[in-house]
Amino acid sequence: MIELVAKRAGMAAITLFGVAVVVFVLLRVAPGDPIAMMIGPGATAEDIVRLRASYGLDQSLFNQFWIWLGSLVQGDFGTSISRRVGVGQLLLERLPATIELAIMALLVAIVLGGFIAIIGTLWRRHWSVGAVDGVNGLLLAIPEFVWALALVLVLGVALPVLPLSGRINPSLPTDFKTGFYLLEALLTLRFDLALDLARHMAMPVLALALPLAGIIARVLREALGEAMMQDYVTLARVKGMSELRLILSEAMRNAVGPTLALTGVQFTFLIGGTVIVEKIFSYPGLGNMAIDAVINRDFPLIQGLVLMFGVIFILINLIVDFAVVAFNPRLRHG
Amino acid sequence: MSPLLSIDNLSAVSRRDGKPILRNVSLHVDSGTIHGLVGESGAGKSTISKIILGIVSGGVVVTSGSVMLGANDLVRMPEREKRVLIGSQMALIPQDPLTALNPGRRIGDQLTDSLRMWKGMGHKAAWARGLELLDHVAIRDPQRVMGLFPHHLSGGMRQRVLIAAAFAIEPKLLIADEPTTALDATVQKQVLQLLKRLQAEHGTAVVFVTHDLGVVAQICDAVTLLFQGKVMEQGTAETIFNTPSHAYTRALLAASPRYDDPAAGLNPIDDAVIAACRAEVAQFDGAQHA
Ligand SMILES: Nc1ncnc2c1ncn2[C@@H]1O[C@H](COP(=O)(O)OP(=O)(O)O)[C@@H](O)[C@H]1O
Ligand SMILES: [Mg+2]
Repeated sequence: MIELVAKRAGMAAITLFGVAVVVFVLLRVAPGDPIAMMIGPGATAEDIVRLRASYGLDQSLFNQFWIWLGSLVQGDFGTSISRRVGVGQLLLERLPATIELAIMALLVAIVLGGFIAIIGTLWRRHWSVGAVDGVNGLLLAIPEFVWALALVLVLGVALPVLPLSGRINPSLPTDFKTGFYLLEALLTLRFDLALDLARHMAMPVLALALPLAGIIARVLREALGEAMMQDYVTLARVKGMSELRLILSEAMRNAVGPTLALTGVQFTFLIGGTVIVEKIFSYPGLGNMAIDAVINRDFPLIQGLVLMFGVIFILINLIVDFAVVAFNPRLRHG
Repeated sequence: MSPLLSIDNLSAVSRRDGKPILRNVSLHVDSGTIHGLVGESGAGKSTISKIILGIVSGGVVVTSGSVMLGANDLVRMPEREKRVLIGSQMALIPQDPLTALNPGRRIGDQLTDSLRMWKGMGHKAAWARGLELLDHVAIRDPQRVMGLFPHHLSGGMRQRVLIAAAFAIEPKLLIADEPTTALDATVQKQVLQLLKRLQAEHGTAVVFVTHDLGVVAQICDAVTLLFQGKVMEQGTAETIFNTPSHAYTRALLAASPRYDDPAAGLNPIDDAVIAACRAEVAQFDGAQHA
C-alpha cells in the first residue's frame, strides 16, 4: 500500500515536472511579450529594459526555468505580471469557484446521465426508446460552448429567468470565510445566498454537464444492457422483482464500475471546458483567469494555472482509480 | 385431483425465421412429484422452462397452447400479476451456479430476497431464516457465508446457496434446468441428493430438466421425452425405464452411460432412429400446414 502510494506520488511528480518544462518552453517560444502588453505608449527603451530585468526576463531561458522551479518547490509561484499579485494567492482565490462549478456540473451530469440510462434500459424493448436515443444523441453531439450560447439566448435573453454572468449578485453580502460560497451558504443555512449562487451557476453548470451527461448515459446504458442479460438478473426476475428494481438493485452495481473509469477521463475534459464556459458567463474561476492570463502573456500566472490544472487532473485520476476498486467486490474483498 | 402444472398443446416458433421450437407440447405435473424433462441439446427443454417462468426471450413466440398453474393461465396473464404469481409460488434452480449469483451482492442478501418480498419478513427475520436455510443445505459456518460475495464460494457451494434460495419461499413448483451439468461428478451426486431431500421434505413439485437418463432414474416420478420440440414419449418413470414404447426412448436408454456399470461405455444413438424421429416431426409439421 505504502509502496503503491509512493509510486503514484513519484509518477505525479514526474508528470508535473514534464508539464512545467513544456509550458515554460512553449510560452517563451510562442510569439508575444508580456512587457509589450503592460507598458504605456510613452515608455522609453530604458524603461523596457528595466522592466524586463525586474521580472527576470533578461536572464537566459535555462536560468529563468531554474529560478522558477526553485521558488516553486518552496511554494512560491512567482508574481503575476498583469495583476501584480502573487500567483499562489490568485490561484487559491479562484480555485474554489472552479471546484464548485465542476463538481456541481459532475453531479448534474451523473443524475441526468443516470436517469437517461435507466429510462433507456427500462424502455429498451419498446419503440419509445427512440426518444431516449434522440436526446442522448443530441447531448453527445453538441459541445459545451454551444450549449452555453444556446442557454444564454434562451434562459438569459429570450426568457430572462437566470442571471447572465458572475457568481453572486454584488448587492448581497459576500462575507464568506472560504472560497466555497455555495457549500458555505448551505452549511450556514443562508439559503437566500445559496439560491442566488445556484441561479448564477445554473447556466454554466448545465452547459458543462449536458455533454458529460450524454457520455455517462451512453456508457452506463451499454453496461446496464449488458448486465440485464446476465443469468443473475434472470434469476432475480424469477424471484418476482420488477423491471425497475432489476435495473436499480441488480444491474446498476455491476454497471457503475465500467462507467466510472470513463467518467473520470471525461470529467477532466469537463474541467478543460470550464475555461471557455467561465469566460462566457464571466464566472470568476481559474478558467476565466486563464484566458485573461494568456491574452496578457502573463507567463508566471499561465505557468501556475497550467500546473494547477495538472494537479487537478492527477487527483481526479487517483480518485477514479480508488473508486473503481471500491465498486468491484472482487478487488475490494480479495 | 387436477395437476398443479398443466401445459396443453403448447407451440412456439422462432421470431426470426418462424421455425418451430415447440410442437404441441402437453405436460402435467402433480403436486409433490418430480417430472423429468429429457432430450438432447436443442430439444426445447429450456424454452419450456422459460415459458413456465415467464422469462422466455423475445426471440421465441408462443403461438398456441396454455400453461396453467392451478387456475391461472401464465401465457395470458397480465405481466404484473404473472410476476407476483411466479415470484411467490415458483422458483428456479439454474444451470450454471457461477453466473446465477450477482457478483456485486452478498450471499445473504441474494438468499433472502424472496423472503423479504413475499413472506413479509423484515431484514432481521429474513437474515435469521437465511442462516437456517444455509444450515439446511449443509453449508458450514453460515454466519460467515451470508456476508460473503459469490466469488468467495466454489461452484458446488454456490449451487447449494441457489438451492437454499429456491426453497426459501417453499414454492409450489420448482424448475431445475440441468442443475448439475456444470458441476463435478462427485458434487453432482451430493447436489442431487440434497435436491431430492428438500423436495421430499417440502412436498414441492419439480420440473427437472436434464439430458441424463441416469439422473432421471434416480429421482423422477414421471418423464417426458422431447425431440425437436415434440413429445416422443411420456409416462411414469417406471414405464419409461421398464417398458419403453418409442424407439427414441429405447435408443436413448441404450446410449445412456450406465451409472451402475460405467465399464459398459456409451453407445451412440442409432442414425436410423434419429432419421425416424425426424420423419415423425416432419410428418407432424406437414399435418399442421395441411
Ligand atoms: N432466443 C431464441 N431465439 C430463437 N430461437 C431460440 C431462442 N432460444 C432458443 N431457441 C431455439 O429453440 C430451440 C430449443 O432451444 P432450448 O430450449 O434452449 O433447448 P434445450 O434447452 O433443450 O437444449 C433451439 O433450436 C434453439 O435454437
Ligand atoms: Mg437448455
